[in-house]
Amino acid sequence: MSEEQIKSLEKQFEARIARDEKIEPKDWMPEKYRKTHIRQMSQHAHSEIVGMLPEGNWITRAPSLRRKVALLAKVQDEAGHGLYLYSATETLGISREEMYEQLHTGKAKYSSIFNYPTITWADMGAIGWLVDGAAIINQVPLCNTSYGPYARAMIRVCKEESFHQRQGYEIMIKLANGTPEQKEMAQDALNRWWWPSLMMLGPTDAESIHTEQSMKWKLKRKSNDDLRQQFIDQTVPQAELIGLTIPDPDLKWNEERKSYDFGAIDWDEFWQVVKGHGPMNKVRMKARVDAWENGKWVRDAAMAHAEKKQERKEKQAV
Amino acid sequence: MSTKNWPLWEVFVRSKNGLEHRHCGSLHAADEDMALENARDVYTRRSEGVSIWVVESKHITASNPENNGEMFEPAQDKVYRHPTFYDLPDEVKHM
Repeated sequence: MSEEQIKSLEKQFEARIARDEKIEPKDWMPEKYRKTHIRQMSQHAHSEIVGMLPEGNWITRAPSLRRKVALLAKVQDEAGHGLYLYSATETLGISREEMYEQLHTGKAKYSSIFNYPTITWADMGAIGWLVDGAAIINQVPLCNTSYGPYARAMIRVCKEESFHQRQGYEIMIKLANGTPEQKEMAQDALNRWWWPSLMMLGPTDAESIHTEQSMKWKLKRKSNDDLRQQFIDQTVPQAELIGLTIPDPDLKWNEERKSYDFGAIDWDEFWQVVKGHGPMNKVRMKARVDAWENGKWVRDAAMAHAEKKQERKEKQAV
Repeated sequence: MSTKNWPLWEVFVRSKNGLEHRHCGSLHAADEDMALENARDVYTRRSEGVSIWVVESKHITASNPENNGEMFEPAQDKVYRHPTFYDLPDEVKHM
């Protein structure tokens, strides 16, 4: 194709998106659109899969059967969400194995929040309440994104995720109304997860390199800073309601803006964790690589069994 | 030892009797039995289905959007296939 032809196709393509038309897998698309979507969607899928690890840590130690079935169902949903997103990403022409390879070699990223440890049961509450809360704010606008398979996967994810946040908040309510030790445990979890949750919504707009293009393709409908403000405004009253304190001395209601002002975020910490120096980066990656490598014989055996069955069927047919 | 990757399957779910099976996504599985089981776990965790079809993706032949013109445009100028093409006197109420 000549450069001129590509230019004209690109123009038509941008016009389709501007008209709110969806792009489907076999449609022509600019290489950059394909690459950006592979990057963002696979990163999203990886986050769901790695995101099972911090919570998986507590399934066997959940304090009651009610909490255990809920946590188990939540972690299972995350596996499901990872699978919807991987299969949606595959429609762009990358294989599942390539995506795993990119995750395992550190070429692909996943949400930095999962590189923090879950040291008490209250962390299950804080993750559901704050991390899933922030994730929902991030994900809801994606239900309208321009790439059809991604938008459809996100609709399913968002529908299923609303219980995740509620189960987390319920854990926090219970602890906050419990013994002084339990309340202290809840406050400690909030102290540790608050700032990473704010960082999870991404770098400030001034530093975010992908925002402009992503807005145009409807991969993003609101800027990181707007999403962060939305998250803070919705979460602060929820903390007050259960008697917990947001660990930010500069947090203050701004009557003029009808929003909360908040303190400076430690972006050095964020970039350190993104670059692999968070407290749990190595442990998380090792768990994923081990699961993949130790599962190889099972995958191979299943394939060998399927082939044998197929051969037997064909022989009988003769 | 085979190092072949599990093939890709497309999943179709009927949400209740009376409705058609609808495509809801895809997954990897070694064979059709595993594909059905995985489809149940991945796509019907909240009773979204009463029946599942799986078909290996390689068996699907799809039209090419680049040929959408010759493929679908011939239907566009055949307005006489729609009831509104035909003139009726106002007195005729139900037809």
